[in-house]
Amino acid sequence: MTTTTGSPAVEVRGLRKTYGDKRAVDGLDLRVEHGEIVALLGPNGAGKTTTVETLEGFRRADAGHVRVLGEDPASAGRAWRARLGVVLQSTEDLAEATVREFVHHVATFYPAPRDPEDVIDAVGLREKAGTRARQLSGGQRRRLDVALGVVGDPELLFLDEPTTGFDPQARLEFWDLVERLRDEGTTILLTTHYLDEAERLADRVVVVAGGRVVAEGPPADLGGRTARRARVRWTADGTVHEEATDTPTALVARLAERFGEVPGLQVLRPTLEDVYLELIGEVPSPAVTAPAARTDVLEGSR
Amino acid sequence: MTTTTSDRAVRGSRPAAAPRLPGLLRLALARTAWEVKGFARERDAVVFVFLYPVLMLAIFATVFGRQEEVLAGSGVTFPQYFLPGMLGTGVMLSSFQTLAISVAVERDDGTLKRLRSTPLPAAGYFLGKTGQVLVTTGAQTALLLLVAAVAFDVPLPDDPGRWWTFAWVAVLGTAAGSVCGVAFSSVPRSGRSVTAVVMPIVLVLQFISGVFFRFDELPGWMQQVAGLFPLKWLVQGMRSVFLPDEAQVLEPSGSWQHGATAAVLVAWLVAGLVVGVRTFRWRRRDDG
Repeated sequence: MTTTTGSPAVEVRGLRKTYGDKRAVDGLDLRVEHGEIVALLGPNGAGKTTTVETLEGFRRADAGHVRVLGEDPASAGRAWRARLGVVLQSTEDLAEATVREFVHHVATFYPAPRDPEDVIDAVGLREKAGTRARQLSGGQRRRLDVALGVVGDPELLFLDEPTTGFDPQARLEFWDLVERLRDEGTTILLTTHYLDEAERLADRVVVVAGGRVVAEGPPADLGGRTARRARVRWTADGTVHEEATDTPTALVARLAERFGEVPGLQVLRPTLEDVYLELIGEVPSPAVTAPAARTDVLEGSR
Repeated sequence: MTTTTSDRAVRGSRPAAAPRLPGLLRLALARTAWEVKGFARERDAVVFVFLYPVLMLAIFATVFGRQEEVLAGSGVTFPQYFLPGMLGTGVMLSSFQTLAISVAVERDDGTLKRLRSTPLPAAGYFLGKTGQVLVTTGAQTALLLLVAAVAFDVPLPDDPGRWWTFAWVAVLGTAAGSVCGVAFSSVPRSGRSVTAVVMPIVLVLQFISGVFFRFDELPGWMQQVAGLFPLKWLVQGMRSVFLPDEAQVLEPSGSWQHGATAAVLVAWLVAGLVVGVRTFRWRRRDDG
């Protein structure tokens, strides 16, 4: 079975899934082109995992059109699974065998697997190849999960919250690994609730909240971020003034004319985090926002 | 980010001849080797499932006397009478108990879900389990026969007809125990509780099925309850292999009842298969 050129890797329209009276996914649309990394970003309970597990064929949609690599996951067979790589959210299995044994064993399920030894190298587990999975650290186990997800040489890889619980160094190394897979041409659908992860890895971010897509676009443009108004802050007569403007430079020039050196000058642009929180309905309150921590200060404003 | 979508090699969008999926036989063998290796590494399980029947035979034979006759003049010693019971128990432990626990645990810890996300077919998983059970049962049975013959002077039959009976009773018993084990794995609410749920069943069946006591000395109602379950028939079939025909006087029915034995084992095999296939889940109950 081969993919016809032009049909996307993932196509979802109007996906719905209800558990009891809880609408986990409520009319979600999603499209992933071949070769893309798309991040599904959203808070816990937004419907990310339900969506991804429907695409992986684990859950049946209540309604909606779902096509993954041209097939309906609910009825697709082994040949279809052979073209997917799945890294599930959290795993507790894999205990009594070594890294090398696992990767070699899972490779036997696939028609045209990658060389298991190359995969072990690629995920950075060479020194741990003879170690039983039980003895691996959390980050190393996650690398093993990825090794098992990619050893079949998938066209499309699902990564469900791959770096939860990682220390910063492990996350950086993991991101490098994902980028290498992307450079080799693997299409990747990633779920995460880390904004920096989405910003670093994704070509396109799809923000999900309440079971539907609330925004999507390249990380830099999300929610029309570039078009968003800057806020200029300064201090005059002992109080902080703030003005929202599309032309911060002009405003700063006017202020400079008035004050010379403008007291307490700041030019604030919303970060991805601000945009995201606003999109999922948790608008950050300015009182809580620590400007130094999450705003870009215009150069030369000091 | 240094690369853009257009720079990258994109796979999946080019037509490629679909390579053939690995065949079921190859997968079954790979899974069997995997399961056997995994089983051998669970040391507590190996000790229990593998050595339990041997230890029990040794204890019971020693307690009741190696040379004592079960029934005066029958020529059947206690070790000889208990050997079939321990063989039956061994088959039940390595088929029913092992699979009920291992499948439930693998469902709970996500092993099954992970396998489901690969192109491994369900049949490959089950054949691997079956292969592991066959290897375990075969090794355990051989060990038990060796110990019985060497340490307890139990005479082993030299009649091919009796070994044929042994073969079909052991295979039917293993098959029925295996499918029932898989079916039963869905009963406990979690992998943590499975041992607690399986153990009492296995123990009670051993007590009422003539494994530890002479079956004909049990109360009639207990014999009838035991007659509903496969272990009693498995053990009775084994007695027909290792006891002389004169020992049929020790059977409540007065005969070996091969027809009924085959019928009950096949009935449990079919029932276990139907229920197992209908209730099998790849995921935990609480997993949507």
